[in-house]
Amino acid sequence: MGKTYELRLYVAGKTTKSVVALENLKKICEDHLAGKYSIEVVDLLEKPQLAEGDQILAIPTLVKKVPEPVRKIIGDLSNVEKVLVGLDIRPKPVV
Amino acid sequence: MAKNTSKPKSEPMTGISKTRTGISGLDEITLGGLPSNRPTLICGEAGSGKTLFSIEFIVRGALDYNEPGVFMAFEEKAEELKVNVASLGFDLDQLEKDKKIRIDYVHIDRSEIEETGEYDLEGLFIRLGYAIDSIGAKRVVLDTIENLFSGLNNDGILRSEIRRLFQFLKSKGVTAIITGERGEKSLTRQGLEEYVSDCVILLDHRIINQISTRRLRIVKYRGSVHGTNEYPFLIDNEGISVLPVTSLELNKEVSSKCVSSGIPALDKMLGHKGFYKGSSILASGTAGTGKTSIAASFANVTCLRKEKCLFFAFEESPKQIIRNMRSIGMDLQAHLDSGYLSFYASRPTLYGLEMHLVAIHKAIRKFKPDVVILDPITNLITIGSVSEVKTMLVRLIDFLQAEQITVMFTALTLNNIVNEQTDEGVSSLVDAWLLIRDIENNGERNRGLYIMKSRGMKHSNQVREFVITDGGLDLEDVFLTEDGVLTGSARAARLLLEQTGEVIHAQAISRKDRELIRKKKVLESKIDSLRSEFESVEEELNKVYVEEALKKQIMGDTLSKMTDLRRGNTGFSSKKIVKKNKK
Repeated sequence: MGKTYELRLYVAGKTTKSVVALENLKKICEDHLAGKYSIEVVDLLEKPQLAEGDQILAIPTLVKKVPEPVRKIIGDLSNVEKVLVGLDIRPKPVV
Repeated sequence: MAKNTSKPKSEPMTGISKTRTGISGLDEITLGGLPSNRPTLICGEAGSGKTLFSIEFIVRGALDYNEPGVFMAFEEKAEELKVNVASLGFDLDQLEKDKKIRIDYVHIDRSEIEETGEYDLEGLFIRLGYAIDSIGAKRVVLDTIENLFSGLNNDGILRSEIRRLFQFLKSKGVTAIITGERGEKSLTRQGLEEYVSDCVILLDHRIINQISTRRLRIVKYRGSVHGTNEYPFLIDNEGISVLPVTSLELNKEVSSKCVSSGIPALDKMLGHKGFYKGSSILASGTAGTGKTSIAASFANVTCLRKEKCLFFAFEESPKQIIRNMRSIGMDLQAHLDSGYLSFYASRPTLYGLEMHLVAIHKAIRKFKPDVVILDPITNLITIGSVSEVKTMLVRLIDFLQAEQITVMFTALTLNNIVNEQTDEGVSSLVDAWLLIRDIENNGERNRGLYIMKSRGMKHSNQVREFVITDGGLDLEDVFLTEDGVLTGSARAARLLLEQTGEVIHAQAISRKDRELIRKKKVLESKIDSLRSEFESVEEELNKVYVEEALKKQIMGDTLSKMTDLRRGNTGFSSKKIVKKNKK
C-alpha cells in the first residue's frame, strides 16, 4: 500500500455525530493508515456550495477521493469493519 | 439560511393563499393554484407526466410569475432533463444563466455508499437551502425523493429526515412539489402522502380500447375547495393543458341576439332570425344529406359577417371541404386567407375522447372564435360509447356557452330507428335541432329538412325540401297531396300540373263570361223589340180612342143641327153650328 489516502469528511457544524465521526476516523487512520493519509474536514455550514460537487446528502459523510474508485461512507463511522471495507483497506467480506 | 429572502405573503388571508402554477387549466381546478409555502405531492405511475408537470411548474413560475425555482432531480441528470423538455420549448440553460432556475442533480449510488452508524440528511438540506438562497427561489421541486430509499438503507432515518425536510421547506417559505411513484396499495411507494398532507394530486395514464388518456385528480387539498373529478390532461408541444371539466352551476349568460344560419329560407323557418348566439345546434341526417354543406354554409356566413369561425373536421381534410364547398358557390379559401376561418382536422382515433376535448378546448382558447363547428360528432363514437361522447359534449357545450360561442354539430344517423336513439344522447343538450331526412319516391332520393326543435323561438313546423344548387343551399316548399309528400321531380311535375290546371280553368271562366254577355245582349234586344211592339199597340189603342171621341162629337153636333133645322130657325142657327165647329 504505497498510496496516500486523501480523505474528506463533510460535517455540518459541530454536532455530536460530526465530532464522533471525526474521532472515529482519526483513530481508524492512525491504526491502519499511519503516515499515508490526509484528512480534510469540510463544514457545509460555512461552505454550502461544496455539497453539490461531491454529491453530499447525508451528514457526516466521509469521501475517499484518492485512491480511485471514489467511495463514500456515511454515518458516524462507529463500525470499524465497515469503514475499512469502505476505504478498500479490507476486501468486502464474503458472506 | 440567514439569507432567507422570502418576503412575507402580504395577501389578506381569507383561507389559504395559493400560488398559480401557470399550467393551463390546473389553476381553475384548484381555484387559484397550489397552496403557497407548502409542499404538494404529485404521484402517479411511471410515464404519467410527473416530471414534466413539475418542471412546467418551475418554468412557468420563472417566466410568468417571476418566481425563481429550484429543481432537485433525483432521477434524471440535468442534461437529460434539459434535452427532454427542450421539445416543449423550455430553454432551461438560458433560464439557469438568468438565475431564474437552478437544477441540482442528486446522484445516489448504493454501490458507492457505505453506511456506518448514525447520520442525517443535513447535507441535502444545506444543498437545497443553498440552492434556494442563491437565486431567491420561491418554488422547489423534488423529483422524486423516493429515490433516496433505493440509495440508503436506513428507512427509519430517512423517514424522520423526510418529515424534517418538509418542515424545512415550509420554514423556507417555498411552494414545493414532491413527486412520488405510485405504490401498490398506497398513493406512493414509500407512503409519502403521510408527510405531505396539504395537497395531493394524482396523475393517471389509462389505456382504453388502445387509446390512452391522461387524467389528473386532486386527491386532497386541505383548506380549499377544489374540483373532485378526474380531469383529462394533454401533453403536447406547449406543455400540459388540463381541462376543467364541468362548471357546477347552470348560470351562464344568455344572449337574445341571433345569427343567421347562412340559408335565408332556413332563417325564415326559424322566425326570420336564425339561431341564438351562443346556442348549440345539431344538424343530423343520414349519409349524403348535406350536413357538411349546412355547416359550411353557417361557417361561410359567419366569416362574411367578419366573425371568426373554427371548423373541426373529423372526417374530411380541410382541402377536401374547401374544394367541395366551392362547387356549391362558397369560397372558404378566401376566409381562410383573411384569417376569419380556421380548420382543425384530426382523425378521431388520434387520441381518446378526453384528449380530443382538451385539444378542442385549446384550439378554441387560442383562436377565440365566434362560431365553432364540429363535423361530425358521430365519428367520435368510434372511440367511445354514446354516454361517453355525451359527457364530452356536455362539457364542450358548457364551455362554449360560457364563452358565448355558437356551436353547430353535425351527426350522422345510420337508419331511422337508430337515428332517434343515437341523437337522443345529444338532442337533449342542444338548443336547436335540424333534421334532414331522405324522402325516397318515384325512383329518386330527395332531402327533406325540418326543425325538430328550437328552444325559445317560434319556428316553422313544416317539412321543407332541402336543395343544393350551384349557387348554394335553399329550401323549397314540399307538396302535401293525397299521395303523400311530393319532392324532387314529382314536385316539379305536380307544380306543372297545377299551373296547367289553372290556365285551363281561367280559360273556362272567361268563356262563360263571354256567353253571359252575349245572352244578356240577346235578351236586351228582345226586350227592346217587345217594348216597341207594346208602344205600337198602345198607339193603335190611342188612335181608336181619339177617333171615337171625334165621332161622338161630330155625331152630337150633327144631332143638334138637325134639331135646330127641325125647329126652323135656319139662318143664324146654322151659323151657330159653324161657329161651334170652328171652336
